[in-house]
Parts: sequence; C-alpha cells; structure tokens
Amino acid sequence: MPELIKSSKVKTITRVNDFIIKFANVNGSGSASANKLFAKSVFRMGIPVSPNNIFPSNIQGLPTWYEVRISDAGYLGRRQGIDFMVVMNEQTVNSDIASVVPGGYVLYDSSKALSAELIRDDVQYLGIPLKDICLREFDNPAQRQLFKNIVYVGALSAFLNIDFRILTSMVGEQFRGKEKLILPNIHALELGHQYAKENFSCPLGLRLKTSNKTKNKILIDGNTAIGLGCVYGGATIGAWYPLTPSTSVVDSFGKYCKRLRIDPGTGKKKYTIVQAEDELAAIGIAIGAGWMGARAFTATSGPGLSLMQEFLGLAYFAEVPLVLFDIQRVGPSTGMPTRTQQGDLLACAYASHGDTKHVLLFPSSPTECFEFAARAFDIADRLQSPVIVMSDLELGMNEQICDPLNWDDKHEYDRGKVLNASQLEEIEKFGRYLDVDGDGITYRTYPGTHPDLGSYFTRGSSHNPYAAYTEDGDVYADMMDRLALKLKTALKYIPEPEVSGGGKNKLGLMYFGSTSMAIQEVRDSLNKKGIKFDTLRVRSFPFHPAVGEFLECHELTYVIEQNRDAQLKSLLKIECNANNDKMQSILSYNGVLVSAQRIERDILNSMQSLENSGEIPA
Amino acid sequence: MSYIGKPKFQHPQLETNELGLTRRDYEGAFTTLCAGCGHDSISAAIIQATAEMSLPPHRVAKISGIGCSSKIPAYFLSKSHSFNSVHGRMPSVATGANLANKELHYLGISGDGDSASIGLGQFCHIVRRRINMLYIIANNGTYGLTKGQLSATADLGSKTKFGEESLFDNIDMATLAIELGASFVARSFSGDKKQLIPLIQAGLTHKGFAFIDIVSPCVTFNNTDASAQGYKNTWENYVALSEIDFVPMREEITTSYDAGKEKEITLHDGSVIRLHKTGMNYDPYDKENALHHINQYKKQGKIATGLLYINQSTSDYHELQDTVDKPFNTLTQHDLCPGSEVLADINNTFR
Repeated sequence: MPELIKSSKVKTITRVNDFIIKFANVNGSGSASANKLFAKSVFRMGIPVSPNNIFPSNIQGLPTWYEVRISDAGYLGRRQGIDFMVVMNEQTVNSDIASVVPGGYVLYDSSKALSAELIRDDVQYLGIPLKDICLREFDNPAQRQLFKNIVYVGALSAFLNIDFRILTSMVGEQFRGKEKLILPNIHALELGHQYAKENFSCPLGLRLKTSNKTKNKILIDGNTAIGLGCVYGGATIGAWYPLTPSTSVVDSFGKYCKRLRIDPGTGKKKYTIVQAEDELAAIGIAIGAGWMGARAFTATSGPGLSLMQEFLGLAYFAEVPLVLFDIQRVGPSTGMPTRTQQGDLLACAYASHGDTKHVLLFPSSPTECFEFAARAFDIADRLQSPVIVMSDLELGMNEQICDPLNWDDKHEYDRGKVLNASQLEEIEKFGRYLDVDGDGITYRTYPGTHPDLGSYFTRGSSHNPYAAYTEDGDVYADMMDRLALKLKTALKYIPEPEVSGGGKNKLGLMYFGSTSMAIQEVRDSLNKKGIKFDTLRVRSFPFHPAVGEFLECHELTYVIEQNRDAQLKSLLKIECNANNDKMQSILSYNGVLVSAQRIERDILNSMQSLENSGEIPA
Repeated sequence: MSYIGKPKFQHPQLETNELGLTRRDYEGAFTTLCAGCGHDSISAAIIQATAEMSLPPHRVAKISGIGCSSKIPAYFLSKSHSFNSVHGRMPSVATGANLANKELHYLGISGDGDSASIGLGQFCHIVRRRINMLYIIANNGTYGLTKGQLSATADLGSKTKFGEESLFDNIDMATLAIELGASFVARSFSGDKKQLIPLIQAGLTHKGFAFIDIVSPCVTFNNTDASAQGYKNTWENYVALSEIDFVPMREEITTSYDAGKEKEITLHDGSVIRLHKTGMNYDPYDKENALHHINQYKKQGKIATGLLYINQSTSDYHELQDTVDKPFNTLTQHDLCPGSEVLADINNTFR
C-alpha cells in the first residue's frame, strides 16, 4: 500500500451541507455520469445542489471540470473557493490542488505517489489507489478505466456521509434493462466506500446530512426543459444545425417526441426533425412551416444567430410566426463555445437590417425554460412574428434545482388570427395586412383554405394592406407604423417582470436570465450588512411599463448582466428613455456564471465611491 | 413592361376544364418583365399545364427566391398562395411548407443566380431531402435585376451584351440534380411550349423531387449571338432526346401506342408520360447514360433537352420519415399535447 500523506496538523474545514466540491477530469474518460451520480445523490438526500460542467470544445483528452455547490441555504449560483477537490487529471493537477482553500481536502489516485511539489501543508490529502483497485478487481480494460470514477464516488460516500442506499438505487435505475451492468457498478461503489472507511476516519468534518430542502423540486437542465416545452407547445417541426450549446434542445425534443408523439394506431410520427445544411436553411424551414400553419422552431447559438439575421427580418416584415431558441455562448465570432454569456441581447432585439424589433423572452430557471418555450408558440402565432427565447449555456447545459414543470390542462393553444373557409366567405374583403381590429395584428389564412378566397402573396418586399407590391412611400410608412403598434400590443401577451421589495427601498437591482441564480445570495448577504434594495427581474422584451417605472422610482438601480457592453442597460436607455445617471452597471463576462460575491463586491465598491463623492442614496 | 391593368373580361365560350374552370382561373397579375422575356413563356406554360390537368389552383403553393425568375409566381395562379422569400433560400422555405402540409402541390420557382450561386447549397440539400415538389429554374445565364452580370450557369466563353466573357466553367444544374439523387430531371426551353407543358405536368404529378432546368433567354442583357442562353444559340443547338406527351390519369387514352416507337412511363397516380423516340433510343431510367448523353452533347456545343432522367422507386421525405397521414398543420392540441398527468410522470424522472 502506498504511503499515506500525513497531514495530521492540518486544521480541516468542518461544515455540514455547505461546501463546494470540484472534480478535475479528462474529457472522454467517462467521468460525467459518475459525477452526475454524485450530484443527484446529494439532491436525493434533500440537500440543495448546483452542479456546473466546465468543459472544453473538444471530444477527448482535454481537461474538464465538474463543480458542485452544496448549499443548505439554497444558493445555486457560483461561489469562489474549492473546499474539496477530486484530482483525476495530471495535466491540471498543479493548479487544481493550488485552488483548494486552506483546510480543504484533495482526493487523488494514490496508485502513484504525488510528486513533492504538489504537497501542501494546509490541505488534507485523501489517497485512494483507484487504478490499483480497478486493475485488481476488473478484467475488462474499458471497465478498468471507467470504474475508477465509480470507485471515487464510492469513497466520497464514506467521506461525506452519503446514504449508500441512495447510490445503489440510482445505479439500479440508471441501468434498468441492462442488468449485467448493475452489479459491477455497485461493486465499484463498495470498493471505494470500503477503502475509505478502512483507511480514514469517516465521515470527514466536511459532510452531508439528510435534509428536506429539495422536497417537491426536480433536478433538470434548461435545454431538456425547452425540448419538452416544444412538445407541450405543439411544435411538430424542429429544424436546426448542430451547434454547442443549443444542440441538447433538439436532442430533448427528439427524445420526448419518440415517447409522446407516435400515433398509437399506426406507429407513425406526429413530428419531424430536420438536421439542415446550415442555420440559414434551419430558420428557412421553420419559417416555411410557420407560413403553412404548423408550429415550428429552430435552436441555435451566437454564430448561427448571426447567419439567421436575414430570415429574421423576413419573418418580421412578412409576418410569419417563428420560434427561435438562442442558447447564448461567449462571442464575438467563435468566442468560447463552451462558456456562458448574455451577449446576444442587442443582436436579437433588433435583428436584421432596416427597422426591426423582436419579442424576446428571458427564462431564468428550467421551470421557466419549459413554460416560456411552450408559451412562445402561442405568442408567435398571436403576433405573427418571431419570438426569440434567450437562454444561455449556464442555464441550458447544467442541471438545476427548480420547481416541477407545470402544464395547465385548461390552457388552450392560441393560434392567433387565422381565417377558415367559412369566415372568409362572411367577410367583405380579405386584406392580409389590413388592420381590422386596430391592434396592429392582421388576419391570415393557411394556404389551401378556400378555392377562391384568401390567397395572398407573401413577400419581403414592400407591400400594401392587400399584400400587393408597392413602392408608395406613404403606404410603406403606414405598414411600418402598424408593425410598431403590433409590438406594443405584444405587451398583452408576453411575461411581466418579477418585482420584489414593494418599492420601499431607494436602491434597485435589475437583472435577467441566469444571473438570477446569484441574486438570493446577494440579497441575504447585503441585508445582513444593512443594505436593502428592491429587485426587478426582466422576463421579456419589449419592456413592460413596470420596467421603466422601476428605474424612475429608485434613486439608483444596479443593472447586472453578463456581457461587456451593458446591453440590457443600453436597451433600457433606448426603449424606456431611462436616465443614465440612475443606472449603474455591474458586468461580468469571463465566461463563467457571475457569482454573488462578485456582484456584492461591485455593489459595495460602487456605494463606497458614491459615498466618497457625496452622492450616496442614503 | 406594361402599365395597363389586366382586363377581367372573359369570352363566354371560353373552354372549361374538369373543375369547370377556364384558363383565366389559372392566370395571375400582368407581367412586369421585359417584352420578349423567356420567363413570360414559362408563366404561360405553367398556366396552360395546370389548367389542362385540372389542378385546383388553391391546392398549389408557389415559392420563390429573389430575382427576375422569382417574380414570376405573381403572373400565374393568382388563387394559389405564394411566398417570395429571400435570395437563394427558396428550398428551405419550400421544405418547411411541405413538412407542414404534404397534401398541397409545391411549385418552386428559382433562377440561375438564385439556385446556382447564392443558393447552391440549399439546392443540393433539397434534392437530398427528396421533397415532393416541382423545382423550376428559369435559366438565362445572367443577373437581370442588377443589369447583366454573368451567372454561374453561363457556359465557358459565353458573352453578355456588354462583351463580358465567362472565363469559368459553368455549373450544369441538371447533371448536378441527377448526381444528387433527384428522381425526375428534365431540361427544356421556354420557347418550346410543346415540350415544356407536358414536362411541367409530369413534374407536378411525379411523386418525389422533380426538377426542370428551363433555358429562358434574357432579351435585355444576354441575348447576343455569343450568349449561350440566348435565343439564337438555343434554337440552333437544341436537341430533344425524345418527344413527350403527358396523359393525365382521368383522360381516356385513345391515341394509339406503338411499342416500337414509343415508351410509356406510368406515374404513381396513373397518369402516363409517353416518350416518342427520335431515333436515338434514349433510356431515361439509366442514370449513367443520362449523364453521358448530356455531357456528350455539351462537348458538341448542343443542349440536350426533354426528360433526361426518371426514377419512380424512391420515397419522398414524408415516407422516409414515416410521418402521420394527416398534414401537420391540421393536428390539434388534442393530437399534440401530452397533458399534465404525463408531465407529472416526467417530473418524477428528474427527482
């Protein structure tokens, strides 16, 4: 047995249900499912957990990390400082060990001794001979490699006091139907558990205790929820071009369609997925289908969004319903494909040349990803215009604790203003772009509805209320004014902002999307320091009047967003005529989810400097 | 182009088809193209073809891209819905529409700039996807709306009105379509109504992706003696591999059939394409032979026309994907939404 590193003098962290554990792995080594097994077992113990996959744009061989925040208080955002590190990657072991806080723990494969420069005297080393155990116990070369991950999960169950029965029952669920795999997996878990128990004093000071904080919650990622939302929202056509981090939206749609959209009588499909030749075709297919009266969507990320601009302008101007999911990643250009950002706001709000404006929805949890995805189809049909649901890599690709997905069976799809054959016969004269109701939304027909009535010419060129080509400037201007009116009418149909604090406070805090994950922690921490503020979470664009009013009635509002150029703040200035002096940006754009500590630091610094200059809103 | 409104007047004895409709019911707005434009002949051919075969106009969807060619859906079938999309992207819009409702007839109208340059990728992929439609390229070798630049289908050495010579090899859209797996490929000439009309009728009836490359001279910019797609060159070098008749399913076949001189192709709905041999015994079922013939004629400076290739044994997109019989755009919430009980079960898988 290799010598255990003696670090008895280390004063180790003692904390229950509140720490960060990080797994440093090599991508393609099969660690992902083992790490997920770990995170879900914590969730099943009733303890809030927030896993975060930090992965390279690569298939095999590069470093990847899985960081899990465990917080009894329910804080789901990122936090700096690693309390427990599982080092499984020689490429990064130096910096991985260096990143552990004093008093923290390092689990490593002790089949090979750690080199001297990796030994710190202020962390506790937990050596498990993973390679040796697997060589001894398993014959199959692939299993020898894969089970190293399962063995360390088993060891963690002893170190951190994870209920072992939860782990074994999860293995049973995971390999249901592949019974041959259950026993070796459980064996691997037991090997790790056993070794840890025999060689260390378990559990450690840093440990888990069964709680009840995840009751009625689920653990799901945003993209999976969006795919399901498309199924519930009645989408029949998904057209896309593979692009990280949006790919799993379509994967999820396909997975659930295979279960839920097969006609029981014939076995035929009530959906189709087209993997198009590029994003131009993907959005074109969704628009063609929307024109024909089927619900269709496309999903993409930054580079694909750039390619889709021309078609977005067509759908806006020709008034074709379209649902687009933009799972944002770090731009510009290829940027950092596997890191998160909220950098597409301006590119989406006014996408395409000429005067355009688009409805944007900003979900902030998987629950809302589901709700907004389904709702987007109603809004697009009602407004006959593109609806862009803006998620991001953080929200899309990481599992989060959230409320269960909810569907109201009383809700009926809103297919908008569509005339059928008998309605066409009743009206005096059909004008595709004639504003009969004065709300900017006109009536349309699906192709093939009536032998003589209701056909029209859809075009991206200037047209009059009867869809005929025109170069008459006044007619064009009228059409543009009506489109502007339509985007005002949109406010009746898009989600309202979520406001808290009741307007009592002088300070405001405004944010949207994945930033929300850090807010509760910021609020609690600043409250403890005696700093109170009201909050507004923006949930859609164009902005509801409440957004402008919030800025108006607070002396100072911190606008928090994850991009360099303060894109939300810019939109507020343009759309709400907001006073720039009443807004202060807090920006984060390094590709990882903004942490509560970072937000708090920036707020405190800003308040300090305002105080110094005598401008503090007391 | 004309500024005169189109008269609604119609002759009381105008012939009606099986639907009781006259030719007027298949017409569109007055053309705004140049007098003598080949594209107007294509519009006229589509009007006659669809009227003769008694196609219900409202069951046709016309989809186009951008350019002179893509304007023509306005000039025929005014009772059909039409979508004039963006440059080079008609194939994707047509794909989406077809996925949403497989019961309509789809007529895609494009040009050589629209399909052979900016939209070449989309052209290739709609062929691969086997969308059930008729895709027409009005091919004049030039960009008309931007005033006479050479296009990618202009033959090597072809010259525009301004004397600009094509220095690069052309893209032959018909051979490309055959290579990519199109199951009905034809070439014709806007000036040869006798050949074009039965090809359009057969293309609209064929189940699967049908393509017709129609040489359609641009009288304004590309009709000199040195223009490959000009009237002079086309008339002089135009070779019909076979003469074609289309006999719709409903029509009783009365004319005699001489097996030695004619070849009959029965389409999926019972309509018949009858090919009259022109002495060369051309076999449109043979892919390699089709490519060989087209290339051989090209070497001689000739344009091979007619039904170049047909394959009736392929499946269309919906068959390959095994979609339900009802068009997607008629499926209701009841058909599509699994409801809250199922969602509760799904939620349980995430606990």
